[in-house]
Amino acid sequence: MINRNNIMETIGMVEKNKFDIRTITMGISLLDCAHEDGEIARQKIYDKITKKAEKFVRTVEEVEREYGIPIINKRIAVTPISIVAGASTDTDYVEFAKTLDKAAEEVGVDFLGGFSALVQKGYTKGDEILINSIPEALAVTNKVCSSVNVASSKVGINMNAVKHMGEIIKKAAYLTRDNDSIGVAKLVIFANAVEDNPFMAGAFHGVGEYETSLSVGVSGPGVVKAALEDVRGEPFDVVAETIKKTAFKITRAGEVLVNEVSKRLDIPFNIMDLSLAPTPEIGDSVARIFEEMGLEKCGAHGTTAALAMLNDAVKKGGIMASSHVGGLSGAFIPVSEDEGMIEAVNIGAISIDKLEAMTCVCSVGLDMLAVPGDTPASTLSGILADECAIGVINNKTTAIRIIPVYGKGLGDEAEFGGLLGRAPIMPVNKYSSEAFVNRGGRIPAPIHSFKN
Amino acid sequence: MKAVLTIIGQDKVGIIARVSNVLAECNINILDINQTVMREYFTMIMLTDLTDVNVSFADVQNKLEAVEKDLGMNIRIQREDIFTKMHEV
Repeated sequence: MINRNNIMETIGMVEKNKFDIRTITMGISLLDCAHEDGEIARQKIYDKITKKAEKFVRTVEEVEREYGIPIINKRIAVTPISIVAGASTDTDYVEFAKTLDKAAEEVGVDFLGGFSALVQKGYTKGDEILINSIPEALAVTNKVCSSVNVASSKVGINMNAVKHMGEIIKKAAYLTRDNDSIGVAKLVIFANAVEDNPFMAGAFHGVGEYETSLSVGVSGPGVVKAALEDVRGEPFDVVAETIKKTAFKITRAGEVLVNEVSKRLDIPFNIMDLSLAPTPEIGDSVARIFEEMGLEKCGAHGTTAALAMLNDAVKKGGIMASSHVGGLSGAFIPVSEDEGMIEAVNIGAISIDKLEAMTCVCSVGLDMLAVPGDTPASTLSGILADECAIGVINNKTTAIRIIPVYGKGLGDEAEFGGLLGRAPIMPVNKYSSEAFVNRGGRIPAPIHSFKN
Repeated sequence: MKAVLTIIGQDKVGIIARVSNVLAECNINILDINQTVMREYFTMIMLTDLTDVNVSFADVQNKLEAVEKDLGMNIRIQREDIFTKMHEV
C-alpha cells in the first residue's frame, strides 16, 4: 500500500529541490464586454473578471494545502484588450489598464495579462491605440502585463510594428526610470505568440479559446538538476532519459492539481505548460543544469546543444504525462530570473550573441535581459527583428523582453525584485541598425508557410 | 479520500501516540504504517482514510501543526493520489 520511495521522492522534490507549480492561470474571455462607450465597457470588464474569478484564489490555496505542492502564483489572462477596447470611441486605453489592475487587485491574483495586440500583418484602429497606450499603462499599474505579436511563420514579420515597438520599449523604460525601468519587464514582444500560454508577461486569452478556462504552468529546474546529479558522467542517452522521467513526474503533479481546481470551480482545464522556469533563488536555475551536464559555465561552447536536448526531453516527458500540453512548454532562459545565468553574465561567460543562438532551440526567446539605457530604439528594433526571424523561420515562438535600463550602463546592475530578479547590464552591438529598421513594410511569409 | 501522513525528525517517546490521538479525534482511520529509525532519525509514513473525517482538511492540518511544534518534528498530511499519479504511467 505504501510505496516509501515514491513518497519520499515527492517530498524531497518540494523540500530540497524547490519543485513548485509556478502558476495556475485563469483565462477569461472579455469579447462580450465590448461597448462603444469606453466607460460602460470598463464596468463590464471589471464586473466580469471579479465575478468569474471570485473564488479562484481561495480555491487554488485550498488545493495547494491538501496536496502539499506549492502553487506560487495565481494569474488571469484576458482577451487581447485591443479587440475589446477597439469597439469604443476612446482614443487612449490607459483607463482600461487601470480597470484591469483594479480587478486583479480585487480578486487577489498576482498578475493579469492581456493588455495585448496581435499585429503580425497590420494594425487595426484598436491595435494602434493600445500600443501607444502601453508605456503609460505599464507605468501606472502594478499587475497588468502587456504583449504584442509582431510576426508569425504564416504571414512574416511586420517591420512597421518592429520599429514602433523599439520606440515603445524606450518610452516605457523612461516612464518607469525611477524603478530601473521595470515597466518594460511587464512587456513581451512575440513572434508566433500562443493563445493559451499561462506564463507572464506574455499570457493572453486568445479569441479561439473558451469562455473561461484554467491553464497551469509547472516548473522545476532544481528537480531536473538534482536528478542529473545521480547520472554524472553517463552518456547523453541516459541524461535525456533522466530528464524525460523527471518532466513526466512534475507534469503529472501539475495535472492532478489543476484538475482538482477545475472540478471545484466548474471551469474547464485548458492546457498544461511544462516549462523549466528559473527563479533567482539558489537551486532553481536552468543555467546550473548545463553545468551539471559538464559545461564549466552556461555560455561555454556546447551550451546550445545542451539546451536543445533539455528542451526536447522536457517536452517528451511532459507530453506523455498530460492529456493536453500547450503553451510554451520547454526551457526558459531568462537572465535576471536565473542566478546561474546572472553569474555567467557577470564573469563574461555569456553574451547577447550566444543568448540569441540559444533562443533558436529554447522554448521562448531573449528574456529579461538588461541593456544600457542609451541603447537606440532602432538597435532594440534590430534585436526584435532578429528574434522574430528565428521564430518565423523555425516555426517556433520567440519572445523578447529586453530592458534598456534608464540611466544605467555597462558595469551597473538593474534590480527588479521578487521573481523578476536582478540583471547586470549587457553590451549590445555598437553599430547602427537605423536605416534597416526605417525601411518599414513587411518581411514576406517564408516559403515553408505555404502548406495548404 | 485517502491521505498520506509523513513524520520526519529526531526519534523520541510518544510520536505515534500523539499523532494517532489527533487522527482518532478527527475520526480518521489508519490503513497502513511504515516506519524506520536510522541513527535516531525517525521517518514514518502512514496511509489514512478520511472518508468519515469530522473536520475540514485544513483543521486536520492545524491540529497536526500543533503536534509538530510540540515535538519539533516535520509532520505533513497530503492527499494520496499525488504520489500515485506522479510515479505511475
